[in-house]
Amino acid sequence: MIALGSSMERPAASHGGTARASLGVRALAGRLLGWSLLGAFAVAMLYPVLWMVLSGFKDNQEIFNQPWAPPGELRWENYARAWDLGVVRYFGNSVIVTGASIVATTLISAWAAYGLCRLRLPFGNAVALLVLGGLLLSPTVALIPLFRLLTSIGLFDTHWALIVLYTAFRIPFTIFLIRAYMIELPRAVDEAATIDGATRTQIFWRVILPMCRPILVSAALLQALFAWNEFAFALVFISDESLKTLPVGLVAMQSRLLTDWPVVLAGLTMAALPTILLFLVGQRQFLRGLTEGVGK
Amino acid sequence: MGTLLTRWRTWLWVLPAVALLLVFVYYPIVDNLRLSFFSWNAFSPEPRFVGLDNYAETFADPVFWRALLNNTAYAVVSLVFQAGLSLVLAALLEELVGKRMRGLLRTLYFIPAAMSITVVGVLFSFLYNPRYGLVNAALDAVGLGHLGRAWLGEESSAIWSVIAMSQWQSVGYTAVLFVVAIQRIPREYYEAARVDGSGAVRMFFSITLPMVREMTTLIVILTISGAFLVFNEVMVMTAGGPDNSSQVLGTWLYRKAFFEDDMGYAATVATVIFVITFAIAALQLAVSRRRRYDA
Repeated sequence: MIALGSSMERPAASHGGTARASLGVRALAGRLLGWSLLGAFAVAMLYPVLWMVLSGFKDNQEIFNQPWAPPGELRWENYARAWDLGVVRYFGNSVIVTGASIVATTLISAWAAYGLCRLRLPFGNAVALLVLGGLLLSPTVALIPLFRLLTSIGLFDTHWALIVLYTAFRIPFTIFLIRAYMIELPRAVDEAATIDGATRTQIFWRVILPMCRPILVSAALLQALFAWNEFAFALVFISDESLKTLPVGLVAMQSRLLTDWPVVLAGLTMAALPTILLFLVGQRQFLRGLTEGVGK
Repeated sequence: MGTLLTRWRTWLWVLPAVALLLVFVYYPIVDNLRLSFFSWNAFSPEPRFVGLDNYAETFADPVFWRALLNNTAYAVVSLVFQAGLSLVLAALLEELVGKRMRGLLRTLYFIPAAMSITVVGVLFSFLYNPRYGLVNAALDAVGLGHLGRAWLGEESSAIWSVIAMSQWQSVGYTAVLFVVAIQRIPREYYEAARVDGSGAVRMFFSITLPMVREMTTLIVILTISGAFLVFNEVMVMTAGGPDNSSQVLGTWLYRKAFFEDDMGYAATVATVIFVITFAIAALQLAVSRRRRYDA
């Protein structure tokens, strides 16, 4: 309304009255078009998700015959069945792998970020370049050598394989994220603590880390989103059914329950819920992480 | 001596990160390049040097070219939606929508990106189902039922259906990045333009577009290299089929390595992916460095 209002108020000396009116109509049409695009887009984004959640409560008959209608009753038993048929196990595995990689990635990255922005390392530039280069290398290209490497060091088909890889491949991004924030902290803080007799390590744990909490939360949330959803490594490096994480487990579940749509959809809903909730709760931290990481 | 010791001790700060990077990120990339000159499989686990044979085989293989073409299609379509549509959406959000409503819409748009690609892939394989899926049902409902088909099961439509789903998942994500970039533009620019009588479209082209150029470059680069690395959604929805029609480099490499046990060939495909994505990334660095000197 602001743009429309101001264009009407303006004493448009050069325009005739009809020109002004047509400008108003055109602006109004533009607005309508814009709003419909935004609205249509919101529906397109939300509807498939809504369909997934609701269909998880239906039975096969309802899904096939009334695909658009809401479920006649809430069949929670679909969710219970999906849970028992594997989701509980995949869920547990994902929690382990995601949790461990969050702790490892944030701590190791914060530790390194501190070294990179506060201490003068011999060959410090080379280290920074090495980390930066890590951003350019992609997991897909490393699949075959990693398969050999993990087999030879005995990590193949263990949770450790995923924990180590999710940590290693995300360290470059996380270091840059944390470093961008840490570098803004006043050096006077370190100096004051040094005068009080604190060692470097103590300063890191007691002063710097607590001050970095906002960015650590962002880093942890982004790592959670990544590790919870990662598929390629989990597909190639885990073959034991009982160790599979959710993304891979769901595909196995779909092929096992080919004709039981409601149960698979209930499983999908349960798999999607944690990251969606995390995003809704931690939106601000999420966006900070995304834009700091991308924008710098 | 003492200072030298403490200087080297500072290495302990970066040691864990550097060690993990070297062993699990850098070594595999280098090793992959080496392996692409060898031939081996489960029965002869000792790699045998074959020179450029793998490369000759790869470049003579029509499936390889098909995969490369599909990756390119992925990049082109994604550019239109990620760099184009999402910028328009972000600009509309900022121009038209009040603060509270804007937050709500932004959240809605981002939700698909918060879901795992497997969840989305499996969900869409239901939506694309030829008999009971919503896509065909929707076409029926608007009288276009004759366009309905087995979206993932036909050679002509499989890869396009996967690409479409991928756009659904990531447009909102990119739009959010653009929203942030637009919010960094000083409000005064728009106010001044408004006083001069510029309309919304004019302001979009003369203020918004140039001011988000840096973010646009970044998104273009990320989108292109993402398109050449794509793996998950194709694997989940079609595994490259039917008849290799939706194969991309990532899935082709996976199939060659872990199903056909042709490791050397697969390492060669991986090297091709590496060269393409590394070139794109280097281009990005060059562009951003030049801009820094310009400024």
